[in-house]
Amino acid sequence: MRLHSWDHLLIVAVTALCLMFPGSVLADASILETQTITLASLAGTSSPPSAIPSPSKGSLPILTIVRPITIAMFLIFIGVTLMVVYWAARRTKTSADFYVAGASITGAQNGWALAGDYMSAASFLGIAGLISLYGYDGFLYSVGWLVAYVTLLLIVAEPCRNSGRYTIGDILSFRSFPIPVRAMAAVSTVTVSTFYLIAQMVGAGKLMELLLGVPFRISIILVGSIMIIYVVFGGMIATTWVQIIKAFLIMTGGLALSILVAAHAGFSPLQFFADISNNSGIKDWVQFTLLNHPVAQQGIDYGQRFLEPGLFLKNPLDQVSLGMALVFGTAGMPHILMRFFTVPTAKEARKSVIVAMFVIGSFYLLTTLLGFGAAIHVGPQTIFATDPGGNLATLLLAQALGNQIAPIVGDTLLAFLCSVAFATILAVVSGLVLAASAAIAHDVYVSLIKKGHASQKQQIIAARVTSFAVGAAAIVVGMAAENQNVAQLVALAFAVAASGNLPVVILSLFWRKFNTAGIVAGLVIGTAVCLVLVLVSPNMHYPKQDADEAFKVIKGLELKESDGTTLTPKEQAILSKARTDYEKHKDGLSLIGLDKPLFPLKNPGIVSIPLGFLAAIMVAFAFPSGGEEQRYDQLHVQQLTGVRVRSVWD
Amino acid sequence: MAQKQEDWAAIARNPKFIEIHKRKTAFLFGWWIFSTVYYFLLPIGAGAAPGFFSIKVFGSINIGYLFALSQFFVSWAIAIYYASWANRVSDRLTNELIDELKLR
Repeated sequence: MRLHSWDHLLIVAVTALCLMFPGSVLADASILETQTITLASLAGTSSPPSAIPSPSKGSLPILTIVRPITIAMFLIFIGVTLMVVYWAARRTKTSADFYVAGASITGAQNGWALAGDYMSAASFLGIAGLISLYGYDGFLYSVGWLVAYVTLLLIVAEPCRNSGRYTIGDILSFRSFPIPVRAMAAVSTVTVSTFYLIAQMVGAGKLMELLLGVPFRISIILVGSIMIIYVVFGGMIATTWVQIIKAFLIMTGGLALSILVAAHAGFSPLQFFADISNNSGIKDWVQFTLLNHPVAQQGIDYGQRFLEPGLFLKNPLDQVSLGMALVFGTAGMPHILMRFFTVPTAKEARKSVIVAMFVIGSFYLLTTLLGFGAAIHVGPQTIFATDPGGNLATLLLAQALGNQIAPIVGDTLLAFLCSVAFATILAVVSGLVLAASAAIAHDVYVSLIKKGHASQKQQIIAARVTSFAVGAAAIVVGMAAENQNVAQLVALAFAVAASGNLPVVILSLFWRKFNTAGIVAGLVIGTAVCLVLVLVSPNMHYPKQDADEAFKVIKGLELKESDGTTLTPKEQAILSKARTDYEKHKDGLSLIGLDKPLFPLKNPGIVSIPLGFLAAIMVAFAFPSGGEEQRYDQLHVQQLTGVRVRSVWD
Repeated sequence: MAQKQEDWAAIARNPKFIEIHKRKTAFLFGWWIFSTVYYFLLPIGAGAAPGFFSIKVFGSINIGYLFALSQFFVSWAIAIYYASWANRVSDRLTNELIDELKLR
């Protein structure tokens, strides 16, 4: 391992970046106008309601990030994690070390690592932002992310630990015909992981650009290169410790800021909620912007309204569908399932989910404090003007409350939180690369091409080569996707995991009559239905809907003109823009040639999950396989009791 | 592959194994269904009964907020209850079975 030279290279690269982009104030109006990142929307929610005006020019609040402190903290984080990688690389001798840290991680460690694997920048910045802009609905949205872990705990974690080695393909091919099953499992794992990975990479690039002014492409190359170093050299051991460090940092940052927020309310929940409902800025925001009531209506307490549902989540069916994708999809995510192979026993797997549930749950509760705190102390108007997705709410709050103590406190807190965001992204993407590379190297290369007869050396080389290839591909695709809306990719990743992976994993583990035909059908149909439904859903861009909007504007203004009113120059500008838009979009079709969405929901889960189960079950019945039923005895005994797990594989 | 092939079908017919299977299935799927139903009441309730969610309980804190908050504590309670149940019941039965069949 020539890590020392890598280390130097990296420091040189980061230092060069600091020199290329001097100055300490980042957020000027021109950047903010063009950079609208919606990390929360990356997690499958919709964009802000159209009633909200775009941020006005001029009076923009400025997020002052002191670059030297922030870069110093980034460098400390990179330095510490590279030492971890160096230590991990020396311990990575076999393919089991590379993929699952030799199954030597303890339950408590794995619990923190799971939390680190799971909480993305969307959780850290996006959900607090949603709460700060839309109140109660943001909180409601965060709940599903924790409840998903009950499925992992009760149904998936222990049986998976007992019947798999590195990948979902191991579990599914335990008693079925390995060639079609491993091939399909690998395709599905790579699909889910890369969708999620690309969304994370694009989010990372936009975030770094917004926070530090590092150009999008350089951000992606930087994040991608560090990710590749972690995974290729340090494998699962390094990835695990990066995730543990990140989870610890994110909790520290969240806790410190929450204490400041709570102190302002005298540590009294009643006072805190009274501060929300009596806040005049929040009242105005709800009345004029969210509800669009120019005159206050009788009987509505607009401050209290912020604590009630319906300001953001307008379609309950879509919410249920998203909830289903979360509750079933988390337990079908390859990078999450892979974490259960890193512990030695089912009991440790159980312990790790419970630890993760407490870390993740506490974090989302702190997020509530941060979100409402930002609404009180910064104000939704300011948060929205800085970033319409609300993603900078936590950072603006840190600056506001820190500066009240002393400017240096505000600067340091902000720099710390920026590096937490950076650490967060790295920990999540590393886990994803590892999961995708395990599917290619272990399921396809070692098991299918080499028929299981690969030496340890060949296996570990294959693992490193595929990790590098997956990472490099993620950098290239991430750069190409700069101007794409990646929000549907996350929704799609969860939906495919929920409708394709989870049904076949559960049926394989618990249903004697399940078989190869059912697995292949479940994976293919579950995945295909998701893809088709998303392609015809409101997530896609429908030019004719833009044309209709423009047409309404044209008609309205032409009517006014025909009444004899002279249009103001501003109105004339709007009219001519609407005419151009109308001409541009009137014959336009969506990506697959549609006028309007055929499927009304953004999240396909409510349809695709039952169909995934149904397809798997029906096809298994149609093509029964006696041998696979007989071999279920072994799987059943092992998944329930954990006996002979090692001897089967060694 | 295993050095010695166990008679898995015989283990699967062992009364103790059948007991483990039945008790675990009932416990795990039962609590999973409870947790899932309890969770989906939240988005469904927020859409169907916003008025109910808006009823104030303590100061400005309303039923909707307390219900969402309760989801966290219910999930944690299920996790702790399962851990203690598994230690008392399923892990004990599994160890008994393993000792009985000398599978270690």
